[in-house]
Amino acid sequence: MSGNLAGKTAKTGGGMRLKGLIRKEFLQVLRDPSSIAIAFLMPLLLLLLFGYGVSLDAENVPVALVAEQPNADTSSFVGAFRQSRYFSPVVMPGMREAVEALDSRRIDAIVHMRQDFSRRMRSADGAPVQVIVNGMDANNARLVQGYVEGVWATWLRGEALAAGRQLDIPVQVDERVWFNSELKSRNFIVPGLIAIIMTLIGALLTAMIMAREWERGTMEALMVTPVTIREVIVGKLVPYYILGMGGMTLSVAMAVGLFGVPLKGSIGVLFLTSSLFLLAALGMGLLISVIARNQFVAGQAAIIATFLPAFILSGFLFDISSMPAPVQVITHAVAARYFIEILQTLFLAGNVWPVIVPNAAALLLMAAFFLGVARKKSRKRLD
Amino acid sequence: MARRIFSLMIKEFLAILRDKKSRVVVFVPPIIQVLVFGYAATFDLKNVPYAIYNEDSSGVSRQLEAGFKGSPHFQEVRRIGSNGEIAPLIDRKGALLVIHIGPQFSRDLTAERPAVVQVIVDGRNSNTALLALNYVRTVITAFNDTYVSDSGRAGPPARLETRAWFNPNLESRWFIVPGIVGLLLLVVTILVTALSVAREREQGTFDQLLVTPFRPAEILIGKALPGFIIGIGEATVIILIAVFWFRVPLNGSPATLYAGIVLYLFSTVAVGLMISSLSVTQQQGLLGAFLFVVPAVILSGFTTPIANMPHLIQQITYLNPMRYFMVIIRGVFLEGTPASALLGQFWPLAVIGLFNMALAGWMFRRRLY
Amino acid sequence: MSPAKIQSMPAAGEIALEADAVTKKFVAGKRVVHALREVSMQVRKGLVTGLIGPDGAGKTTLMRTAAGLLAPDNGKISVLGIDATRNSIEVQSTIGYMPQRFGLYEDLSVAENLDLYADLRGVPPHDRPDRYRELMSMTGLGPFTARLAGRLSGGMKQKLGLACTLVSPPRFLILDEPTVGVDPVSRRELWSIVYRLVREEGMSVLLSTAYLDEAERCDEVVVLHDGKVLGAGTPKSFSGPLEGRTWRVRVSSMKNRILQERLVGRPGVIDAVVQGEAVRLVMEDAEEEKATRLLSGMEGASITPVAPRFEDSFISLLRQKRPETPGSPPDAKKTAAGPEAMSGEMVIEVQDLQRRFGDFYAVKGVTFGVRKGEVFGLLGANGAGKSTTFRMLCGLLPPSGGSLSVAGVDLRRAAASARARIGYMSQKFSLYGNLSVRQNIEFFSSAYGLSGAGRKERIGWALEEFELQPLASATSADLPLGFKQRLAMACSLMHEPDIIFLDEPTSGVDPLARREFWRRIGSQAEEGVTVLVTTHFMEEAEYCDRIAIMAAGEILSIGSPSEIKSLARTPELPEPTLEDAFISLITGRSGEKAA
Repeated sequence: MSGNLAGKTAKTGGGMRLKGLIRKEFLQVLRDPSSIAIAFLMPLLLLLLFGYGVSLDAENVPVALVAEQPNADTSSFVGAFRQSRYFSPVVMPGMREAVEALDSRRIDAIVHMRQDFSRRMRSADGAPVQVIVNGMDANNARLVQGYVEGVWATWLRGEALAAGRQLDIPVQVDERVWFNSELKSRNFIVPGLIAIIMTLIGALLTAMIMAREWERGTMEALMVTPVTIREVIVGKLVPYYILGMGGMTLSVAMAVGLFGVPLKGSIGVLFLTSSLFLLAALGMGLLISVIARNQFVAGQAAIIATFLPAFILSGFLFDISSMPAPVQVITHAVAARYFIEILQTLFLAGNVWPVIVPNAAALLLMAAFFLGVARKKSRKRLD
Repeated sequence: MARRIFSLMIKEFLAILRDKKSRVVVFVPPIIQVLVFGYAATFDLKNVPYAIYNEDSSGVSRQLEAGFKGSPHFQEVRRIGSNGEIAPLIDRKGALLVIHIGPQFSRDLTAERPAVVQVIVDGRNSNTALLALNYVRTVITAFNDTYVSDSGRAGPPARLETRAWFNPNLESRWFIVPGIVGLLLLVVTILVTALSVAREREQGTFDQLLVTPFRPAEILIGKALPGFIIGIGEATVIILIAVFWFRVPLNGSPATLYAGIVLYLFSTVAVGLMISSLSVTQQQGLLGAFLFVVPAVILSGFTTPIANMPHLIQQITYLNPMRYFMVIIRGVFLEGTPASALLGQFWPLAVIGLFNMALAGWMFRRRLY
Repeated sequence: MSPAKIQSMPAAGEIALEADAVTKKFVAGKRVVHALREVSMQVRKGLVTGLIGPDGAGKTTLMRTAAGLLAPDNGKISVLGIDATRNSIEVQSTIGYMPQRFGLYEDLSVAENLDLYADLRGVPPHDRPDRYRELMSMTGLGPFTARLAGRLSGGMKQKLGLACTLVSPPRFLILDEPTVGVDPVSRRELWSIVYRLVREEGMSVLLSTAYLDEAERCDEVVVLHDGKVLGAGTPKSFSGPLEGRTWRVRVSSMKNRILQERLVGRPGVIDAVVQGEAVRLVMEDAEEEKATRLLSGMEGASITPVAPRFEDSFISLLRQKRPETPGSPPDAKKTAAGPEAMSGEMVIEVQDLQRRFGDFYAVKGVTFGVRKGEVFGLLGANGAGKSTTFRMLCGLLPPSGGSLSVAGVDLRRAAASARARIGYMSQKFSLYGNLSVRQNIEFFSSAYGLSGAGRKERIGWALEEFELQPLASATSADLPLGFKQRLAMACSLMHEPDIIFLDEPTSGVDPLARREFWRRIGSQAEEGVTVLVTTHFMEEAEYCDRIAIMAAGEILSIGSPSEIKSLARTPELPEPTLEDAFISLITGRSGEKAA
């Protein structure tokens, strides 16, 4: 084999080398089942735990109803609360007990009807009803407040109907909630969870694999064969991409089959965009792995760079447009942010191209960036 | 004995702090994260983008519009002129809400018929949608009140006067920022401890340690102290940031707060060491850390109330140290809860800590290959 | 002696590798390491060239540069006429390179490893069956193709590593320390394979080795030290100038170890090592009188001239660069200690010790005893069960069967304070890499419960005795291996233990550091310390009072070095080495060991 000929094999043998690398990686995955556990067991467990565990829908909110002078009017008001699925009301004789219950967190809110409730109901001003909510968890407090208002409005309508007159509210709101008419929080949390779980899977699968080859000395042996660095990277990506897509398929199946989240968009688009996201997530893990070259630092970086940002800065729970501008800028560096937008839209709204295309483009850009930098950082040299 | 533990502790400190990368990893992210997350993690909506579709160009309808324009929660992004524009706008997330005032609006009002305003909201994020609807109702209610008193019409027979205790302006930051203290302390202590034994195992120094006259309990304490001390230091910094930067009121006593922090750190460090002593390789340690941290954060009540979880999962949360700390720190910060009322949170932390410490010490000697 | 010794290369024979003023620096922490300083050398085609040098001399750096894995800062290196830096892919598809630790995927089987490297090297599928058959019969791995590489013995791993680099026959083969930690039988087999490749397939080979006796098996040798070429030529051309300067010395009234200690560092002495039943002495010049004068006053001294070997010249080359360190001069009190210490009580007793991992016996039926003040060696290849035995003795691993006692107790059950009587130096010199030298010493001194003035004194002693003072604030991970070894030993001796366990204390360390190390061990033993040591360097066993030879978890033979050697004595081999004895013991147990 002359030098020139050797040069030629380096260019033409790429397919065979890649095949060899991919097969090797698969065999390693099979021998050490922890990768399979990461790809399949983790989504299964986390989705089950969080799909059921994470819910913003308050149901059976414990609320104290205090009527200082119980009569037909107050019991009609109390009845409205009894009928609501959001509340499990407790009638209390006085404010002292109610406040005590609120302090000790046995109840979340107090609805207080004063002695003159019946009399002032018939006055022009109407009767004031004091509502006290525990404001510690502001989000929950607001939801509870909204539910109380809802019960109140229903009650007013019923009262008016019973009296055979029009409801005395000048402007009424006719609410139409699109895509999720029952406002089930599971419908938006489950797609978001999928994005977070996929972020974890991507990082965990790849964050240590390069570092491991360095520490075990096999990288050196790989490097002296005619492989190119691109082949090494693609050889690492393909098996973990396939594993990751397996995990994704499982997650989507659980979302639809178990949690009943509707999937309005097309499977094809879901597949394509998930691929893009997975490439970005794997690319980030790979980059961490390439830069750290040491499992300890790679592990620490993976914890810090993946879970917390994906959890807090992705729009999973916290609305991005409500964040201050500088923080909003930071969120653009979190790949999960784009994927969550895509997933929520695909699941609940359908193939809405104006949402999917720009977010998919951002994912493509991130994937290209991470993989490009990883490629650039891992030269085929040891120094 | 104290001497030996002290020297082991110094060694652990040096091992963490002499390396620049790990020094950065331990100290920089928590400070940055508390600042970024403190701003980011809020359920308060600001500048909700909405579009107006006003088919009734009367003065009253404009008065209603003004109610939205004047609210800090809303921002008008579009005015639309036809029904056909609504769907595409919402679909592509051009606006979260469309407020549709029909052509009959002012006529209905003057005729004292209920005038209906249609509000179309994007429900993809149901929480945001719910909150936005609440804000809409608030604006409409305010409009109604003024309209009733201006026109001398009779109001509804009852009206709500709502107060929020402990957090009158319902700032979710007050709730979230103390939670971040718990979150970051958990991550930092697990980070410092979970890989520490596995790393010594891989490097062979753990054997070296085991042949010295150290007792397992001494090794345990020596390894736990640095995570503990770093945790106390970072807790102090983060709390100072919470109080002086984010202006979260600290109503309770700092002593109660620190008692909670000490117990919490004890339990998280113990869990970290337990993970560490179980894992033979660093990869297993990392996997273990993830498998603990992720559920611990999500099932702690940090973002979503434990009360909303199904019964079975609520039972599981009793194993989670972060759950107890959330109650302690929020109680002390916002309600000024005294220590006596928090005993129910203190003892589970101590039990979790003791149990995991014992397990870790037991595993030290057993798990050698 | 001067580099004039470099033989002029014969004009015939093409050049396989040519390095021209190659320079390479690394930055380790704050220090700059000059790995290669203007190295110029040639490797001729069709020969086996050995790259010899102490640890940290730059051997691996040079090999990696030749394989295109490192780019030199300056200079040029070409392999088979191709620039290794600029056309690295081209070089990599022409050569075979086996890194240290063989570069195998331990979780893949033998066949899967071969398939991977065949794919990477573009071997056409239809050529594979023939090539594999050839390689398998050459390496004897045929029956094990389905076994995971991680489950192979050290010798088999080494052969598999070689087979993987040979899967597409390279024209030039680079082997980085291919024989480290491998048993002598496998080492011999490797050498015969290498020579077959050279003779039959016309391959050129460059290999580095830590075993100096292997240098003599090379056609040509390049000696590297501190990044510079000290000499190049045939092994014979190195030992030539030492003619008449090498002696065998015996003093009937004195243990060889003590005699050696007496001779080292004396004026005119270049090297003194225990070899067989005598001490080998290398002098600065060929005057017999100078040598005999050293022995004046010693009873029953005898001195005979011997032929020089490569090791003598290697040490003398290095001595010029690094003069003998004064170390611990033989002081008066030690002379008192003599053979009578040997009759002391048993401090380590092991009865029928067993350790199972699954269905695999790492240690099987091991029985031996060690007396106070004895230096006891466990010899064997990697995987023979030496370290497992050690870990059980130190209480790190529970035995599956049998009984053991160290200083009268089982350390696994005894109180923690009992461990203060032992010192342990683990394989790979396990120290806290990111702590400084001083911090490591301080930590271990407190770990062993030293305090106050006593602690201060021992810290001072450690820095002084092991010459670590100048490096006290250096980060220990950045130290050269020889210094790590010293630091590890200093740490394990902080508390003046009664018994010290040394697991592979000389692996990967250069011959000078090894000599220094054994001298320290000797002086510890003279003070009554019991020393238990494992090694895979057969010749080091000569320093031990008694040795046990281990293979596949069992002890094949126990006795003094001369007793063991006598087992292999035959008319054809009147003076066998320990390695000969080892091989005859192994082959005596016939094909059993093939696995």
